[in-house]
Amino acid sequence: MASGMTQHAPLHQPARRLNPGKLLIYLILIAGVAVTLTPLIWTISTSLKSVQQLSTWPPQWIPDPIMWSNYSEALTMLPFGRYFLNTMVLVVAAEIGSLVTCSFVAYGFARTEFPGREPLFLLLISTMLMPYIVRLVPLFVFYGEIGWLGTFLPLAVPDLLGRNAFYIFLLRQFFRGIPNDLSDAARIDGANDFRIWWSIVLPLSKPVLATVAIFTFQSTWDDFLGPLIYMGQNPDMRTLAVGLYQFRNAPGGENLMPYLMAVSTVMMIPILLIFGFGQRYLIQGVTMSGLKG
Amino acid sequence: MSSPALPARERSLEGAHAPSTRKPLTWRLRKYIGLVFISPWLIAFLAFDLIPTASAFYYSFTDWNVIAKTSNWVGWANYERMFTGDRLFWPSVKNTLYYVAFAVPLGVVAGFLLALLLNARIRFQGLFRTLFYLPAVVPTVAAVMIWLWIFDTNNGILNWFLSMVGIDPIRWLTSPDFSKPALIIMSLWTIGGGMVIYLAGLQNIPEELYEAAEIDGASGWNKLINITVPLMTPTIFFNLLLGLIGSFQIFNAAFIMTGGGPVNSTRFYMLHLYEKAFQDSQMGYACAMAVLLFIVVLAITVFVNWSSKRWVFYG
Repeated sequence: MASGMTQHAPLHQPARRLNPGKLLIYLILIAGVAVTLTPLIWTISTSLKSVQQLSTWPPQWIPDPIMWSNYSEALTMLPFGRYFLNTMVLVVAAEIGSLVTCSFVAYGFARTEFPGREPLFLLLISTMLMPYIVRLVPLFVFYGEIGWLGTFLPLAVPDLLGRNAFYIFLLRQFFRGIPNDLSDAARIDGANDFRIWWSIVLPLSKPVLATVAIFTFQSTWDDFLGPLIYMGQNPDMRTLAVGLYQFRNAPGGENLMPYLMAVSTVMMIPILLIFGFGQRYLIQGVTMSGLKG
Repeated sequence: MSSPALPARERSLEGAHAPSTRKPLTWRLRKYIGLVFISPWLIAFLAFDLIPTASAFYYSFTDWNVIAKTSNWVGWANYERMFTGDRLFWPSVKNTLYYVAFAVPLGVVAGFLLALLLNARIRFQGLFRTLFYLPAVVPTVAAVMIWLWIFDTNNGILNWFLSMVGIDPIRWLTSPDFSKPALIIMSLWTIGGGMVIYLAGLQNIPEELYEAAEIDGASGWNKLINITVPLMTPTIFFNLLLGLIGSFQIFNAAFIMTGGGPVNSTRFYMLHLYEKAFQDSQMGYACAMAVLLFIVVLAITVFVNWSSKRWVFYG
């Protein structure tokens, strides 16, 4: 409604006067922000409550007393340190796969020509739309037969091989925009494609690499079904997401709610930090995926 | 396939100057160097996409069971069982369609409206955008836990707010009438993800169009209907397609929050499939369900794509 009216007000008019339309926008936005943030505030609030405080009516927003000990107790109830390490192993493998392998593959699609490039690229795009469940069952059985279940391999190996079509796609879009003059000059100086990829294209692609790195972290940190199915058989191999899920099913029910909220809060912290620092890259990536598809 | 750097240099220099009709070796090899670059993905595609998908098609015609260790060809039996023999199959389809029918349009419209508001010239625009986007980065399992607690009948914050306007406590997750609406409400928390894509699209609309319309005396509403919405159709199309594909595969929220209950009211397609495969070990039947989902998602993609020719405006 408002985009037309307000955005294109002539510049010489001071925008200080708050017209009714704008006031309405502010009211809607503030209400929206309140609705959006309430769950997060409520989570942090609950994570600092004692079990008795859970059922106070009306709910207490600032707990009294504040139970900081919930955090240390929750994080030691299950081996969350171990779960964190497991998650980080997957994150590192996925990051290597995204930044090295996917960018390597993307170079091939963006800056070399070979027979069948276009059909293969279409194939790559189509894998993004394929429901993952179709692959899941045969892969699960296959991993079982080769003894991979309960290890990092079912998730780490495909990542390391650059299976993620979305990242290849994003990187390719960016690589295509790098002027050819640079690589032509390097080629005349005797650089081959591997050299050009590593020494010219990659250093020029820091923004998109940052985007892909953030996406990779986010999705690996977030992944639940993969670690649950492929690694969940081995209690030592749980990730944070699977560990949090196990926590929910632990006996104790609602009394565990402060602990559950404490672990949820802790799990949000890294991703929020990364979001805070890398917001620009994240939004850039989302934008690229939406517009150039 | 890669030629050593030094000879390559000599040859390409020679090739650049000599009036030879034969292209230098590196140029001819360069035709295939791209295949070297894409080979890791090609291997991954074969091993983790193509072969497993093809196997799923094959096994959907067998009674494959990893516990009983059977794998006999049964023809269309699994598909027949889906449509006639499995009493929880149709409920799972209906639940999924219900969820898709509400979550997707609501998400698309709400995300678009939010982006319009945040595209207006307002103060704290960046801050507003960040805050609305925030839920989209919250890890799924954490988000599910958070909403589990929000929906709590006795101590949940949602019922507390409702009680202030005089609504009696709703059994969000324990009543079959409210469990699906609860999951739809939860899905709307993350409309910030779509909003960012719309915002990018809105910024791509040329300013001149609005200026020209203003000269012609167009109202704000006219500009929205005749400029903004038509030019945004490709972005809306993209979000619609992503929303459809994602919502058909809803799993995590139902799996963790309700486990399919109460009374199977949140038994979605993926959840039913998961149980068949990983609890009942009926891999053949699960593969048949997966293949059907695959075909449905493919058909939707093709249909939305086809229909987009009628309503998507590529300027």
